[in-house]
Amino acid sequence: MDAAWNAGVNAGFEDAETDRASQASSVIELRGLTKKYGDFTAVDGLDLSIRQGEIFGLLGPNGAGKTTTILMMLGLTEPTAGSSTVCGLDSTRQPMQVKRRVGYMPDDIGFYEDRSGLDNLVYTARLNGVPEKEARERAQQLLEKVGLAEAARKKTGAYSRGMRQRLGLADVLIKRPDVIILDEPTLGIDPEGVRELLVLIREMSRNEGLTVLLSSHHLHQVQQICDRVGLFVKGRLIASGDLDTLSRELDGGPTHLVELDVAGWSSALEETLLSVEGVLSVSRSEADALAGREADALAGREADGHGAPNAAATVRVASSVDLTAQLAAAVVTSGAALRGLRRTRYGLDDIYHRYFEGGDSHGRTH
Amino acid sequence: MGGLIERLRLPASLRRGADSPGVSGGRPGAPGTQARGAAERERRPAGSGSAFWVMVQKEFGDHIRSWRFLILLALVTLACIGSIYSSITALKDAQEAATGSGSEIDTSFLFLKMFTISDGSLPNFLTFLSFLAPLIGIAIGFDSINSERNKGTLSRVMSQPVYRDDFLNAKFVAGLLLIAVVVFSLGFLVMGMGLLTIGYPPTPEEFWRVVIALVITTVYVGLWLNLSLLFSVRFKQAATSALSGIAVWIFFLVFYGMIVSLISNATTPDAAAGADAYINQQNWMMLLQRLSPAYLFQEAASTLLLPDVRTLNPFVTQDQAYLAIDAPLSFGQSLLLVWPQVVAIVAETALSFAASYVAFMRQEIRSRS
Repeated sequence: MDAAWNAGVNAGFEDAETDRASQASSVIELRGLTKKYGDFTAVDGLDLSIRQGEIFGLLGPNGAGKTTTILMMLGLTEPTAGSSTVCGLDSTRQPMQVKRRVGYMPDDIGFYEDRSGLDNLVYTARLNGVPEKEARERAQQLLEKVGLAEAARKKTGAYSRGMRQRLGLADVLIKRPDVIILDEPTLGIDPEGVRELLVLIREMSRNEGLTVLLSSHHLHQVQQICDRVGLFVKGRLIASGDLDTLSRELDGGPTHLVELDVAGWSSALEETLLSVEGVLSVSRSEADALAGREADALAGREADGHGAPNAAATVRVASSVDLTAQLAAAVVTSGAALRGLRRTRYGLDDIYHRYFEGGDSHGRTH
Repeated sequence: MGGLIERLRLPASLRRGADSPGVSGGRPGAPGTQARGAAERERRPAGSGSAFWVMVQKEFGDHIRSWRFLILLALVTLACIGSIYSSITALKDAQEAATGSGSEIDTSFLFLKMFTISDGSLPNFLTFLSFLAPLIGIAIGFDSINSERNKGTLSRVMSQPVYRDDFLNAKFVAGLLLIAVVVFSLGFLVMGMGLLTIGYPPTPEEFWRVVIALVITTVYVGLWLNLSLLFSVRFKQAATSALSGIAVWIFFLVFYGMIVSLISNATTPDAAAGADAYINQQNWMMLLQRLSPAYLFQEAASTLLLPDVRTLNPFVTQDQAYLAIDAPLSFGQSLLLVWPQVVAIVAETALSFAASYVAFMRQEIRSRS
């Protein structure tokens, strides 16, 4: 019966390969997934579908139920209700098949510390039924890919945090999975390490058509590489989609943000900006201490030169449509000096933050 | 049990996949990946079976390389050499005394005596073994599950296509293999050294008696291994589980006998009671004693190594005592005599394995928690 199934599937293999990029079929399909621990509901009726070749970011604060969801996808925990289908396989009923196709990197990944990185990888490969010789070859290749070739024979106990995460990525990839699930892959690595790791993940996903699900609470890191994100709070997926959708879905709030560095800020100017059609809010930001000081220094020189005592300000103007040009014009015509203009989109951090600002009334406990 | 059920269920689930082409045919994106996975799987022979042996191999290797194992081995080897020394001294003394008095030394089962006699300076091999063997089991097993959990390797391994029970089984099988290797090499070490020193070769019967005694020792150590596995599943901290193992070990070795004799004293029927009451009470006490694996092992091993032991019953009627031929039991009869003890040890092993099994299967695999 296995052979018959394989034959049937193999017939469509060629087409599938070419269609992969265009075809948007879901690889991970969650329907009403629920997990309760006694009275506590960790995951509450989760519906989610993730397409082939997509990088999906599962975002949420600690304890939102991200890890529990992942464990249910892998069949390591049984859901209280609902179903989870990965690569067309039921995670609860066929966990072995699912685990063959899915590479999972737990948060805070652990290795056998008195074995070398190479040995750890070979062991994982052999658990997946790869013969010793091939396992060794694959491990070497992957170690090179993640930049650990020199450290291959070093014991993993001596690895740094960033090296461990990269080894973790190699460990996930050695079974040649269709889907990789990364739980907090960027936890505890320095910014440069995070950047490298994310680039690596993105490259692998693009080159090999891998579907990637990564969970994180570091929003700005994740937004760099994710095609879509899902915001996960208290066991519920409150929004999902790309950034714009997410922002709209959440509260219909502004999606565009323009930062203006203005020397000669006055409340009249604020009025002018507010009167520009489509502007939702204008606020002076004290965001970056470093940038602020620089701006002040500039303003100081300005003041000496022109005798105008007004300090420079960085103003953030939020709007629902792109108003960059109009705003610049408004500032210039009002007579103030426009020192800088940055068009930014609302980042995940803002969306997240905004949600939780409003979220207090929904009874958030912490 | 989950893995077992899963294995039984596997063909059915594959059939389900074949029966519903809609799952694969309808969406060409997913089947491409499925086909790749399926093709790969076809190349692999017996996937989960080999994964099990890969785990056993790795565990075994880990044990052998560990400092802990080296220290244990050194300790037990020292104990062995000490016990051989003391038994050989005792044998030589006996021989000198015999030649002094002009009589022949009793050479029947002389070889076995190496394992059971002592000149009093050190305990004999059997006593040493029954004392130290549990320590080997505890030392090998006490951190097998919880250290993997604490290091975060458990969740990594469990996310591979590996049955959860295979993980526990691999731990047990690797530990047991190691124990068998240690016990047998120690046994043969004693035999070989004894052979060199006393120059008196064993008869086949003696050889087999020793081998069976070593097998029983392996099973006995396996019991302690299982017990420590249970603790390692149950307790999150390796130190707690080690301490629990040692506590149980000391309890059975030191306190259990005391407690039984206390109970025995308290329940002794008064002098007016009949013989039936006495026998009844003694039987109960015997049963209590035999709950202790240490006692069972002592009985089984000493019966095998001392062919003169004709019965393990505390009560022998006068007729039985008079009419019995004063001769050692044959190998087969000794084996029959200890059979219940062996079964009891195996049963206790199975019981503690079942307990750790159930505990492990019910636990949730999460990283480091």
